Amino acid sequence: MTLTIRNITKDFLVPGDQSICALSEITFSVADEEFVSVLGPSGCGKTTLLRIIAGLEYATSGSIEINGEIISGRSPRMAMIFQEYSLYPWRTVRDNVTFGLEVGGMHKSQAREVAQTYLHLVGLDDFADRYPHELSGGMRQRVTVARALAIKPQILLMDEPFGALDAQTRNRLQEELLEIWEKTKKTIIFVTHSVDEAVYLADRLIVLTSRPARVCEVIPIHLARPRDRTGQEFARVRRQVLDLIAQPKCSLQ
Amino acid sequence: MRSPVPLLLPVLLIVGWEVAAHFIDNPFILPSLTTVIPILLHPFSDKFTLGTGSLVDNAAVSLFRVALGFALAALIAIPLGIGMGRSALLNNILDATIELLRPIPPLAWVPLALAWFKIGLVSIVFIILIGAFFPILLNTIDGVKSIKRTWVEVALTLGARESDILGKVILHGAAPTIWTGLRVGFGISWMCVVAAEWLPGTTRGLGYLILYAYNFGQTNVIIAGMVIIGIIGIVIDQVFKAGERRWFSWRALER
Repeated sequence: MTLTIRNITKDFLVPGDQSICALSEITFSVADEEFVSVLGPSGCGKTTLLRIIAGLEYATSGSIEINGEIISGRSPRMAMIFQEYSLYPWRTVRDNVTFGLEVGGMHKSQAREVAQTYLHLVGLDDFADRYPHELSGGMRQRVTVARALAIKPQILLMDEPFGALDAQTRNRLQEELLEIWEKTKKTIIFVTHSVDEAVYLADRLIVLTSRPARVCEVIPIHLARPRDRTGQEFARVRRQVLDLIAQPKCSLQ
Repeated sequence: MRSPVPLLLPVLLIVGWEVAAHFIDNPFILPSLTTVIPILLHPFSDKFTLGTGSLVDNAAVSLFRVALGFALAALIAIPLGIGMGRSALLNNILDATIELLRPIPPLAWVPLALAWFKIGLVSIVFIILIGAFFPILLNTIDGVKSIKRTWVEVALTLGARESDILGKVILHGAAPTIWTGLRVGFGISWMCVVAAEWLPGTTRGLGYLILYAYNFGQTNVIIAGMVIIGIIGIVIDQVFKAGERRWFSWRALER
């Protein structure tokens, strides 16, 4: 399966009938089981791009294709994980995970079993009956990962999912995400503004400029996993990436 | 042990009342507690109320009327509020009219109610309905509008249909605010019922009881009736508050 983002352009209308270009001719492909990071400065339109791929917003022009077939709107082959806490506070952890299964018409008892499987995968077996407010930030984002995986998507779209977490928790969740990725063989598009995070996680970085966002570099990361954040190799690759995005054509502020 | 401070003023008021009653020495202006308390101690007896029924009988009649008007108000206001909260078009169509009608006190509708529905239960229930309607409607609209966009979008990306979003996200997410609207609405209906029971032709209810007692100069019955009205109001408000703590504690704890 190949996901292709082709010539995506997005204009926003602002008061006074002016249009502002947020995304300009964005094109890249993501291979099956690939981990791609979309890297760009804050407010450059990364999130908008992800929302267009998820079918939550429409592009002004361009298309999203899976295996060459244009998909319009939302696709059950994708699940999105949001930046801020998106759990339903009135549902238990388990019932949050079963949400997508319920609306998909799965029988309640079967949905609970599936939920248990994915809660186990993210290490939260013992928290199934708790409510989100009883969980730490890191645990909550684990639940959102379980909830997204439960509907068995091929592609996970992640919008700065660890942005609100402290550094230690963030590192921990990055490691866990890679383990889950290796186990479940998902294709992941991970939006972030952190070079460290992108270099640690991704097979390939798609670097965007600030508004209007354009693809200015595509950088493959040839680092063996597990990656050592403190190692010389990691530092070298990180330096390379920083040099590339410091070029005038990228101009990350 | 809980602090006794909150009880200080009520105790002083009661003592002051009794002292004042003693000096005024006119049960029509201010009856002694000793003439009020026996009525409250015999809530099932109608020997104090000159054949208008006991306190409990009248309270039951009032509660029935309020329940009817309140339930009708909720039945109309909640779906309407959800519609207005979800649809900008519906909101645009209705908002100006609602803003126009909202400041009119429920009791200002009394003459119209009589003209339309004549004397009787329907008029009373109509006044109560008007009283409960606007708080429920406005809170429902507010609750639906303040639903986090992410909650809806998560549901969409997980494959939810519009009916799922309504039933599994909007209703749940707005429920605490709707509940607040119900609580406020009930409080207002309870105030309205007393006045609505002053409508001509009414022969039962706490409102009727205290007006009837006035005609016979029974100030002690009036005060006993007021005490019962107050107690029922507090109890029901506490029931709503308990429901809030029981079902919607997530709202306060959510970060």
